[in-house]
Amino acid sequence: MDSPRFDRWWARGVALGVAALTLYILITEWDGVVRLGLWLWAGLSAAPQSFANLTNYYAVLPAAQLLPSLIIGAVVGLVLGVRAVRQRRVDPPWGVLIISTVLGAFSGQILTATLQHCTYALEAPAVEAIAGVVLTALSALIFVMPYLATLNRINPSQSGYFRRPALAYGFLAPTLLSLFVFLYYPSIQTILLSLNARRFPIRTERFVCLGNYTALAEDVVYQSSFVTTLAITLAIVGFSLSIALGIAVLASQKVRGASIYRTFLIWPFALSPVVTGVIFLALFRDGQAGLVNYFLTVGFGTELSWLRNPDLARWVVVLASVWNILGFNILFYIAGLQGVPPELLEAAAIDGANKPQRFFSITFPLLSPYTFFLLVTNVTYSFYGIYGVVDALTSGGPPVGAAGMFGGATNVLIYKLYEDAFTPGAPIGSAAAQAIVLFIGIAALTLLQFRFVESRVTYAD
Amino acid sequence: MPTRTKTRWGVHAALIVVCFVMCIPALYALQLATLTFDAAFRAPPQLFPPGADLGENVSSLFTRLQFGGLMVNTTVVALVVVVGKTGLSLLAGLAFVYFQFPGKTVLFFVVLLTLLMPTEIILLPLFRMMSELEWGRLNPRLALTVPFLASATGVFLFRQHFANIPRELAEAAQLDGATPSQFLLSVLIPMSWNVIGAQALIQFISTWNAYLWPVLIVQDSSAFVIQMGVRSAASSGGQTDFGLLMAAGVIASLPPLILFVLLQRQFMNGFALTRDK
Repeated sequence: MDSPRFDRWWARGVALGVAALTLYILITEWDGVVRLGLWLWAGLSAAPQSFANLTNYYAVLPAAQLLPSLIIGAVVGLVLGVRAVRQRRVDPPWGVLIISTVLGAFSGQILTATLQHCTYALEAPAVEAIAGVVLTALSALIFVMPYLATLNRINPSQSGYFRRPALAYGFLAPTLLSLFVFLYYPSIQTILLSLNARRFPIRTERFVCLGNYTALAEDVVYQSSFVTTLAITLAIVGFSLSIALGIAVLASQKVRGASIYRTFLIWPFALSPVVTGVIFLALFRDGQAGLVNYFLTVGFGTELSWLRNPDLARWVVVLASVWNILGFNILFYIAGLQGVPPELLEAAAIDGANKPQRFFSITFPLLSPYTFFLLVTNVTYSFYGIYGVVDALTSGGPPVGAAGMFGGATNVLIYKLYEDAFTPGAPIGSAAAQAIVLFIGIAALTLLQFRFVESRVTYAD
Repeated sequence: MPTRTKTRWGVHAALIVVCFVMCIPALYALQLATLTFDAAFRAPPQLFPPGADLGENVSSLFTRLQFGGLMVNTTVVALVVVVGKTGLSLLAGLAFVYFQFPGKTVLFFVVLLTLLMPTEIILLPLFRMMSELEWGRLNPRLALTVPFLASATGVFLFRQHFANIPRELAEAAQLDGATPSQFLLSVLIPMSWNVIGAQALIQFISTWNAYLWPVLIVQDSSAFVIQMGVRSAASSGGQTDFGLLMAAGVIASLPPLILFVLLQRQFMNGFALTRDK
């Protein structure tokens, strides 16, 4: 049990330290804080103008473009509403159905208006038109889902709430403000950027609808980078999860000094991707000074050019990444294994199940929340965290295809994205579109994880 | 029981082998860190005994590559992020668990939705925003910390943890006339050290190890962070000085590793996820 009171000397020390640090930063960086305030104020003052622009936009929008998008949003809202009403036996259902339909129509406009209804234009290509419908439907979910979640409210019989709800807004304000300014706003900006491009003779950016996305689909370097990322991700996730599970089972045996073994197994996750990259650079370098090639020469009389051969370079990146995240996975699997009730395993043993049978029919299913959580974090690492490893190990190379026409063998999406975004004369719109594509992958996986552990996630108290 | 001791020895042997294999890359890095430029390129490689140039390599990191300044910069940045994230998440957790207010579900959804938005995809507009604020040029410390102060994961973690604390405590505190902040300071925080420790450790490690955002945003070398130092040790001059580079890796990894070993128990307990209560 932890200490029962806050009046320990070190707790006061921590509090004092925090206050001093805050004060120090505020004083030394005051000018920057002021500029943030001014920036926010300017944004707020521009709000009426933006609203007027939006009204004008809708005033001149042809009904042929507006109506279909409104209907699609409304249908999505209605369908989800009907489902929710049935599941929760809401009686009478009409209020919920009307609100959910209206919300669907309204919230469907968020993404659709961002796209300036361009996919609903008559001259829009079929692919873009279909994508537009999907986007409108997704956009409808933004408001409909939280609204329907409020119906889920488990009756708030719990006591122990503080009065004065106004205080709660105060406690939430810093988090919400920060999330809006530094997460929601840039996310919307990414979408907006991804719809613009600089096309050759004109030097300024202009609106190109989904043009950046369709261009990506046809770009061979991007395709190759996409496939590379998927392959590398698959390899990293497969190896890191299965090896970690094996080691965790081993490390969960009740032996003397188990906690010391655990420390030795887990620590590499504290290393950064960059440090991991440079260590593996040393291990796999050319010539017999590198450890791996030295042992290859001694054992097989040959050495390999690990970082110059496209296939081998990919494997080195996979190996380095697996080594980097393995400890994290082992940690969570050990925690999960501790939660498996021994009575279940004993009962199965009495029924005559052997060890592998017990593992696959009891332990492994019970671990599935951990597996799912680790799946998401490992995919996230393979999509984003890998930047440091690739940068230090291969810088995206070695080249593939004649004259490197398919880009680098380890030019994963995140590496290509930031190469594209920050080179002079960079195709910002294309980079933003790449960021959105990358985001969709992770978002889909995370949503799946939410659904999977839905019984544990309650949206309201 | 002879069979039992036998399997245990087997487990020990297997664990020792696995631990050793896991440590090979690091052991090799440590060995290289003790070698001079020439010795690190000699074939066959000198695997034992350690060379005598660790001190030389480390001191040249601190004199030539300003590792001292980098460590100070990174420590300040990591501390600010850890303190800010923990503080904001505690407050938000308090609001979500111990208050009832209109819009609670929707606001929770607003926070939850950000779990889907990894910072890596917004770095591009964030970079533009930083240029508008001139933070990259004039206030790199703010640029490295302020955008990352709020955390959906942290809010989620503390909300979950508070929800498992008996409601009687809150009732008793209210009967005693405690304000929410007194309740937070004298009841919730003392009961949450494990979770705070685990969350702080994860945040410290990830901020300390951050590379992409600092590389994009920091232009002034006096504000560089440690991972940029490691990367520059790899690419200074033509041939890579592996002794120097590995020493850089070792030095850069020491603070998170030491913290990890110190906070290991809190970490394990704090992250024993949804163990059924």
